[in-house]
Amino acid sequence: MNEPLPVLTLKDFASDQEVRWCPGCGDYAILKTIQKLMPQLQRPRENQVFVSGIGCASRFPYYMNTYGFHSIHGRAPAIATGIKLANPELDVWVVTGDGDGFSIGGNHMLHVIRRNVNLQILLFNNGIYGLTKGQYSPTSPPGTRSPSSPEGSIDSPLSPCAVALGSGGTFIARSIDTEAKHLSAIAARGYAHNGAAFIEILQNCPIYNDGIFEQVKDKKQAPDFRVELEHGQPILFGQENEIGIHLNRESLSLEVIEVAGNEDRILVHDETNKVQAQLLAVMAGPKFPVAVGVLYREDKTCFTEDNRERIDTARSKPGSLKQLLHSGHAWEVS
Amino acid sequence: MELAEEKLDEHHLDKKEVVDVVVRFAGDSGDGMQLTGANFTQATALYGNDLSTFPDFPAEIRAPVGATFGVSAFQIYFGAEDVTTAGDALDVLVAMNPAALVTNRANLIDGGLIVVDSGAFTAKNLSKAKYKNNPLEDGSLDAFRILAINISKQVLAAVEPFGLSHKAALRCKNMWTLGLVMWLFDRDRMPTIENLKTKFAVTPEIADANVAALNAGHAYGETAELPVGIHLYKVPKAKVAPGTYRNITGTTALAWGLIAGSELADINLLFASYPITPASNLLHELVTRKQFRVNTFQAEDEIAAVCAAMGASFAGSLGVTSSSGPGIALKLEGIALAAATELPLVIVNSQRGGPSTGLPTKTEQSDFNMALYGRHGDTPMPVIASATSIDCFEVAIEAVRIATKYMTPVMLLSDGYLANAAEPWQIPDVDSLQPFPVSHHTDAKDFKPSLRDDKTLARVWAKPGTAGTEHRIGGIERSFETGDISYDPANHQKMTELRAAKVAGIADDIPLQEVCYGNDSGKLAVVGWGSTFGAIHQAVKRACGEGLDVSHIQVRYLSPLPSNLGELLRSFEAVLIPEMNTGQFIRLIRSEFLIDAEGVNKVAGQPFKIGEILAAIHKKLAELEADDSGSAS
Repeated sequence: MNEPLPVLTLKDFASDQEVRWCPGCGDYAILKTIQKLMPQLQRPRENQVFVSGIGCASRFPYYMNTYGFHSIHGRAPAIATGIKLANPELDVWVVTGDGDGFSIGGNHMLHVIRRNVNLQILLFNNGIYGLTKGQYSPTSPPGTRSPSSPEGSIDSPLSPCAVALGSGGTFIARSIDTEAKHLSAIAARGYAHNGAAFIEILQNCPIYNDGIFEQVKDKKQAPDFRVELEHGQPILFGQENEIGIHLNRESLSLEVIEVAGNEDRILVHDETNKVQAQLLAVMAGPKFPVAVGVLYREDKTCFTEDNRERIDTARSKPGSLKQLLHSGHAWEVS
Repeated sequence: MELAEEKLDEHHLDKKEVVDVVVRFAGDSGDGMQLTGANFTQATALYGNDLSTFPDFPAEIRAPVGATFGVSAFQIYFGAEDVTTAGDALDVLVAMNPAALVTNRANLIDGGLIVVDSGAFTAKNLSKAKYKNNPLEDGSLDAFRILAINISKQVLAAVEPFGLSHKAALRCKNMWTLGLVMWLFDRDRMPTIENLKTKFAVTPEIADANVAALNAGHAYGETAELPVGIHLYKVPKAKVAPGTYRNITGTTALAWGLIAGSELADINLLFASYPITPASNLLHELVTRKQFRVNTFQAEDEIAAVCAAMGASFAGSLGVTSSSGPGIALKLEGIALAAATELPLVIVNSQRGGPSTGLPTKTEQSDFNMALYGRHGDTPMPVIASATSIDCFEVAIEAVRIATKYMTPVMLLSDGYLANAAEPWQIPDVDSLQPFPVSHHTDAKDFKPSLRDDKTLARVWAKPGTAGTEHRIGGIERSFETGDISYDPANHQKMTELRAAKVAGIADDIPLQEVCYGNDSGKLAVVGWGSTFGAIHQAVKRACGEGLDVSHIQVRYLSPLPSNLGELLRSFEAVLIPEMNTGQFIRLIRSEFLIDAEGVNKVAGQPFKIGEILAAIHKKLAELEADDSGSAS
């Protein structure tokens, strides 16, 4: 019996709570994109669950008129895993930030990814701690001046996508807060993916880290600093797509080359090539453009489905408590 | 009170019939002492004795052979009367090597029996045990009965037909020894033979060799000329209520209690935990029980475990997590979130010696304060404790009931002793267990996540997947009215008071405190919680037998306390509180009721002895006596 689902709109997914991010925050754009995407997924609203940790990004669930759990710092992936284990039918979205997801919650992040729990992870990466007022984060570039690093930070940053790949991720993508169409398409693909879909969203913090991704986001500069990956397409960028990425097979490294005369030397993007994805994930300026799009995907069984299969097998013969209590060696006293 | 010990009546192994016996099997951690003990326990239960066991093993998995720190032991106390502890002193010590002898002989009664494998008393092993001379030869064991047999040699001969390697053949030593001890106490070998055949089903030659060793040990007892004073002992059957019985450890009882709880609550259960001694066995047991409404998850760490459990509770199942002290400490932030969001959650704490890694395989009750107070914020939480291994079954059901009825985290305190100790359990009639079905809220009309039951104050439980009750919860303070985020000062006051009132109200939903042995009022009450039950029970019973005015009160509900507890305690002249910590519960009793209770404290990683509690009772009663005569003059 398949009753048609009621037709929902963006408004159905907006909660009655006043959104409290700072004016100009990239989170607004992401929220709008996700709210808009929801009706397109053609799933009952009551099946959507947003789970977050702590930080600016983690306020997200309060603004979604779905089920939501705003939890504790870094632990959203663990809570989300529990939700999926209890009810695999639910669509679970983890909303996290660079601090929440890769500093305090780094451990849970790598494990939710390696287990391939069937859910979506939206990582809002703004390269800074916002809610605690501007300290450097694990994705801040070295030298970041902040209240806790007045002389510039000396930490080396990590690349979230590279870590996700290293953790055995089966869907790794990158998008941009204000690129609604791109983000929506990536999120939709992530949703359709069977397993943990990891999506890094480059997000601007206008208060503590304004303009950190400006070259990648700005319409004029972006063609020179960003490359959009398309499966099966050559990896080109530049104002006229005149530059491309070449894979040096001797040194196993990427190079930026002129397209003219080198057409057959330009690397063609293959979403299923893990080694290539690792190289593309860590591309960064000034030498390289930042790659956006689906870096890597792979078909693999997911944890929650495997768990459900075990449960179903075990419960095909439901247990009897009475039999359990009498199992093994029991004896009568008369 | 300073800990002293009184020696209990010593048994005389020269008699043919003894009322009760304490046997301890001790050997290298690779000698199979736990398996030996488990099989002897089963045979003893089937024989009809009451019993209690105490597996006592080192933290090292396979310590160097012959090392004193690698001694693994299994103690069993069995007898014709009710047995509630693993025994104060040993009547029989089975020592598979010098290290096992040197670490245990101080606990042996004079005239006790030592069974040793003389073949293991080599110069090398003697030196590892720091023996200058061979104690079997230097007369230092003259106070005891000695049965020194070259067990290694006997075993090699007995299993020779099976073509095992020298090493594999020697591994049958434990079964040979078990056969001999079974002869000593007239136990039936058949269940052990069946166990061996099942255990070694894929290697029948190993099974046959072990059975042959078992039989050879038994035959040795029957036929060999034993030293004077060593013979077959009769231990009369215990008078126990008619019914069906089985042996059960606290861990198994707790696991089955959780399964029963989920059935009674009509709810699925997710057990999420991270391995830690001595709590891991709970996961091992439940992972094999998925035919029930149980799912399990081995999380990446303790924090993930509590969080996954909480996620399951949010999704409409009951989340249960389990650990021991250090792991519980990691879960505390999560537990407070469960309290803030008012989600049901059961946290099992199998306590061990602390602080930090402390004594991972030894028992203690020192997490009481953490259980009661170990949360940031003003965050009350119900805490209950199991008193015996079999009590773990009922207490687990009770934890599920309170968590689901009141939408609150509940901590269940067990400990390393209860987790591993086994005792005979009269299997309850499952149909007599009272169901407490959970109903998830499905009415979308006027729904808000802040709806609550007027009586229990429990928040509404609406699970994802239900149309019309979409809502958000979280750790930020919520409005009492709407459930939305609220930073309003008056609201926080109200919510804090509400959380306190909800937990306090549970006092009306638990049984009144009863006296479990002795009169309801009088001179002295010995008040226990958790696994001190056994020793207190026996000590009070013996004191009453001496005509002394002593009662035993065992508190299961530690927070909130039973509403009549203060009144009950005030009806005694004095209160003694034995605890395996430096005095934690006692502070609650003193502050809550302004009663001048006195502590009896032990933190040795070992359970109380009956004699220690008995000495404390005698001392306290003597003080009261002196005070009385003093005030009369």
